[in-house]
Amino acid sequence: MDTDDDFMSNVSSEDDILPDDSENDMSGDEDFGFDDEPDAHIDSQKDDGYKKKAAYDISFKVYQPSDVQKQQDELINEVNMILDISKEEAAILLRHFRWNKERLIEDYMDKPSQVLDAAGLATTSAGPPRMQVVPGFVCDICCEDEPGLQTFALKCGHRYCVDCYRHYLSQKIRGEGEAARIQCPSEGCNVIIDARSLDILVTPELTARYHELLHRTYVEDKETLKWCPAPDCENAIECAVKKKDLDKVVPTVSCLCGHRFCFGCILNDHQPAPCELVKKWLKKCADDSETANWISANTKECPKCNSTIEKNGGCNHMTCRKCKHEFCWMCMGLWSEHGTSWYNCNRFEEKSGTEARDAQAKSRVSLERYLHYYNRYANHEQSARLDKDIYHKTEKKMVQLQKESGMSWIEVQYLNSASQALQTCRQTLMWTYAFAFYLARNNLTEIFEDNQKDLEMAVEALSEMFEKPIAELADSKLKVEIMDKTSYCNKRRVILLDDTAQNLAEGRWTFNTELLGSGANGGPSTRR
Amino acid sequence: MASQNKRIAKELAECTNSPPPGISISLPNDSDLHTWHVVLEGPENTVYAGGRFGLVVSLPTDYPFRAPTVTFATRIYHPNVTNDSLGNICLGPLKPENWKPSTRLAGVLEAVRALLIEPQPDDPLEARIADEYRADRKEFEKNARTYVQRYAKGPVKFDSAVSATAGGGAGSGDDKKGAGAATTGSGSGNNP
Repeated sequence: MDTDDDFMSNVSSEDDILPDDSENDMSGDEDFGFDDEPDAHIDSQKDDGYKKKAAYDISFKVYQPSDVQKQQDELINEVNMILDISKEEAAILLRHFRWNKERLIEDYMDKPSQVLDAAGLATTSAGPPRMQVVPGFVCDICCEDEPGLQTFALKCGHRYCVDCYRHYLSQKIRGEGEAARIQCPSEGCNVIIDARSLDILVTPELTARYHELLHRTYVEDKETLKWCPAPDCENAIECAVKKKDLDKVVPTVSCLCGHRFCFGCILNDHQPAPCELVKKWLKKCADDSETANWISANTKECPKCNSTIEKNGGCNHMTCRKCKHEFCWMCMGLWSEHGTSWYNCNRFEEKSGTEARDAQAKSRVSLERYLHYYNRYANHEQSARLDKDIYHKTEKKMVQLQKESGMSWIEVQYLNSASQALQTCRQTLMWTYAFAFYLARNNLTEIFEDNQKDLEMAVEALSEMFEKPIAELADSKLKVEIMDKTSYCNKRRVILLDDTAQNLAEGRWTFNTELLGSGANGGPSTRR
Repeated sequence: MASQNKRIAKELAECTNSPPPGISISLPNDSDLHTWHVVLEGPENTVYAGGRFGLVVSLPTDYPFRAPTVTFATRIYHPNVTNDSLGNICLGPLKPENWKPSTRLAGVLEAVRALLIEPQPDDPLEARIADEYRADRKEFEKNARTYVQRYAKGPVKFDSAVSATAGGGAGSGDDKKGAGAATTGSGSGNNP
């Protein structure tokens, strides 16, 4: 009976979640969720529990700084207990093994002294390190030999004066940003300084920096962990996606701070385009290869000396300023072949001009194709930026709405959801154009383009509604329409991403990036 | 600061009193301990034999906590030295992550000398020369010798040329006169 009940409640909650989810998907993830709890965990539980994962979904976890510290402490404690070594040494060993506990323990059991040696831990135990005055001591770094000089040595026994030690450590920590791998100052000695010795030697300020750097190396050492790149965000994200799988998935994660980014390349969410295409696209847009494209499309080259010529008026009888070659702008053939028909070219079939004309045509097609995708990409990028402005205005609008229509705070949240949906959908649309630019035509591209069109239409419609004046927004009919459209936009986005991700995972897309040297794009690349 | 000078002065004394083989050291400016001029004799039984190479060692203000920089003032044809007027060297112990405050300059200079005896083509600054060293040793040796003839004969000239007394150093006395003339007359063919 009990189980039945559970089962029933599961089903009903699933029903509740599904439509609800598509509507709140963005707003919940982005920020301004209605609840303040960290919802990443809840989401992932929900996923594991009873929702089929979408193809573009990737499982990940967000860790706050305290979680990251706790993880390290746990690992250190574990190794400390299993191997019966001090915590400082356990930490150094773990860092040496890049926090791979299993391998560390296995190797250590196998050949302890070699492991200790490689990790920079002295095998001799000369008692805990402390400051000391040694009679007759001369510091090998500063050559100071004053009596009563405070000295310090790690377990390796290389002793230097405390001043030099401090200077050395601060140079390493502050100057080089090093922490996990600071060795003994002695030439050829690889003993690593441990946290306790450091605490004895340096100022609290430097110690804090040291621990911060250590903290950072933990995340940087682990392949499955990455810092959230948002400014001032201190969280780390864990995701198991491997580098070699990046042509199959676009691992998009969202931090508790609201920032959505690609775990593979740390750039902002660029679904559905895979990282490599994104890199190529951004490079293409940034470098001036397109200037060259413009040149090919708008100029011609002298058939004899290859000087680039832009025709800015006048008749078709061209005389190259450089080499004095005379040719016809229309057919690119020799002018002399024109005989006496001076002012028009009726020799289109002339062989001497065919090649030049072909190259010209190809280059135009390639440029137009690029511009087609680039303009749409840039348009969504700009609109997304404008939407951000609107988002700030929305907050004011919502306050106004509350005052004018007597609606409660919760009742005006639909504007917030709409704004969030616009942002995310435009971001996706933007990258669909970069993706499409590299897509080679097959029967899947049509479905992709249909999905793209549907999403675009929905987004533009929502965008239009969203900009209506306050008085109209308060109308409950429009409110319902906006809510419907928001939900529809999110749904279309999910459909598009799901479809693209599935085909990507199964390797069904073909891209034209390797084919750039041939086919329709051959013109500019072969000529450059 | 005082203690740093103490260390540098001690190293300088050591290097001048018992210099490492084939190496002689001088200060171009007696009041500045941070710039050293070094003359390195091309080691026997190498393509550099008979050549005399000028090295400029400059010590950073927080020496020995930061590595010194060592550059060739004399052009040299070598896989690990840039083939230009800068004469940068790729030397393991001088890299910031390898440098230790206890490392001595004498040791660094010996490492430079060892590099002349045994070039490290697997860690090159001049990939083309390294390739040549591996693939066509004869050609490499010919080129290296030509460079020695052209640049490393006669009095050693240091780029900064702060004072005339700097160059020849402890080497052979007769080089001291006319420091300006010899090395620049590169292609003229009057060298043996």
